[in-house]
Amino acid sequence: MRATARVYWRLLAAGFRRQSAYRLAALGGLVANLTFGLLKVAILFATVRAAGGELHGYDTASMSTYVWLSQGLLGSVNLNGRTDLALRVKDGQVAVDFLRPVDLQAATLATEAGMSLFALIPRGLPSVLLGALVVGMRLPSNPVFYLLGTVSLLLGIVISAATVYLVAVAGFWLVETRGLQILYMLASGFLGGLYVPLALFPGWLRAVAAATPFPSIMMDPIDVLSGLGGEAHAAGLVLAQLAWLAGVAAAGQALTRAGRRRLEVQGG
Amino acid sequence: MNSAVGSGAIIETDGLTREFRVRDGRRKRLLTAVDGLTVRVEPGEAVGYIGANGAGKSTTIKMLTGILVPTAGRVLTCGLRPVPDRRRLARQVGVVFGQRSQLWWDLPVRESLRILAAIHMLSRAEENDRTAELVEQLELGEFLSVPVRQLSLGQRMRAEIAAALLHSPRLVILDEPTIGLDVLSKQRLREFLIGERRRHGTTLLLTTHDMGDVERLCDRILVIDHGRLAYDGDLPGLSRTVGAQRVLVVDLAEPVPDLTGLDGATHLSSQAGGLRQRLAFDAEKTTAAKVLAAVSGQAEVLDLTVEEPDIEDVVRRIYAASR
Repeated sequence: MRATARVYWRLLAAGFRRQSAYRLAALGGLVANLTFGLLKVAILFATVRAAGGELHGYDTASMSTYVWLSQGLLGSVNLNGRTDLALRVKDGQVAVDFLRPVDLQAATLATEAGMSLFALIPRGLPSVLLGALVVGMRLPSNPVFYLLGTVSLLLGIVISAATVYLVAVAGFWLVETRGLQILYMLASGFLGGLYVPLALFPGWLRAVAAATPFPSIMMDPIDVLSGLGGEAHAAGLVLAQLAWLAGVAAAGQALTRAGRRRLEVQGG
Repeated sequence: MNSAVGSGAIIETDGLTREFRVRDGRRKRLLTAVDGLTVRVEPGEAVGYIGANGAGKSTTIKMLTGILVPTAGRVLTCGLRPVPDRRRLARQVGVVFGQRSQLWWDLPVRESLRILAAIHMLSRAEENDRTAELVEQLELGEFLSVPVRQLSLGQRMRAEIAAALLHSPRLVILDEPTIGLDVLSKQRLREFLIGERRRHGTTLLLTTHDMGDVERLCDRILVIDHGRLAYDGDLPGLSRTVGAQRVLVVDLAEPVPDLTGLDGATHLSSQAGGLRQRLAFDAEKTTAAKVLAAVSGQAEVLDLTVEEPDIEDVVRRIYAASR
């Protein structure tokens, strides 16, 4: 058991180190995050002001919190659907993964989580800090939200990796998963709360979003971290995330098992 | 249960078959990549698995290692069923795919080896001893802290071999390990594999197009053609099977007309107006000495060499014969 934990821990560390190899790319990502963050500030602040200073529970200060937390998370959660694994399935490199005495899904998630955690350093934290500095934001004073928020953030990272994993292993059947990846990109950003807080959606669209794992990737961690809705609400969101994680992880296991029977290693 | 069926063989297949559906324009047709392969490899053997492109070599390897699910037949590798026991089997088998990398592209070689040691659950002592051994044998020291993406092909292949062998597997499978390597790199790699086998009793199975690999590394050869086993035996036997001829090259004291009428030998070519002549003979029917004696009756021989059968040619003959 301890030895198994060491295996995945080492893979997580490897992901972390891998991501650290590309510092310039991280800097570019940060600049993009900040630019789009300012754009979102301009549009959403105007909307809040047009609504008379308050919109579905958001004022400009809490809207700023939403904007910078979402921009900060963007480097660490996968809302574009692209993965190494999908490429590895497509070119047959996944054969090498199957030669290792590890579970494909667990190994992939550990590596992706490691990469995501590293991205918090050059992209996540600076986005939030610079946003707070330049625009200002409201953060909760109760430490419970930081504790629950950290858990929620980590869950969001793993749920996102486990959900894109489903897109990647669909390649066992489809080979080319780009169509599915684009669908994921459109749906996850929109329904995950990247563009506007889900509270701004009409009721039916909120219901649609709630039927997908996407809010638990971005919107829920933001809500928990910003302390909107109180402690009980935050705890409820974390529990819901756990349920989503269990669901997508189980689906990933089932798809991997079924896909292994279908696998035809591409490229000889 | 597994060990009872395995009865000591390291690879055992029975009627192993894999079909693929391939799209051929609009129609789909069934391609049989491996067709009823029955073979048994004992621990410690060094087996060359050769065949043309598309003959079914890689498909076989993928079934032996649990990557591909067979369409029909039975396979046991290290006494385990490769697909259901994939993870247990992975601890006993090391595989090098010449065309695929198992190293972490962005990380230094040392880091890849450390991750693999963790994956294979090596103890700290095992990891250190084995890493030191491989670093020394494969001369990895000079680029151990270089990211894999910056390695030359020769360096990368050495690192790949180290990665595949780090957990001291009982069975090492190499799929075209010397592809693209220069002569010196090939030579070093072969020497390493010979040494590894001597030190640890490792079983080797390698596919290659490089006949030098087969000659120097393998004591048994399997030839696969169109998914079927076309030959199973040693190298001299393979030459005999296809009737490959040996060639005697003689340098003569003075030019003579083509030596066509010799008993048991056929004239192939002459150079320098007949100063050097090449004569083919069948090793089953006559000997180099007899042919030489026959030549000496007609001209003074200054020097001679005997050319061994070219294995590329041998294999080509097998393909041609079974087509």
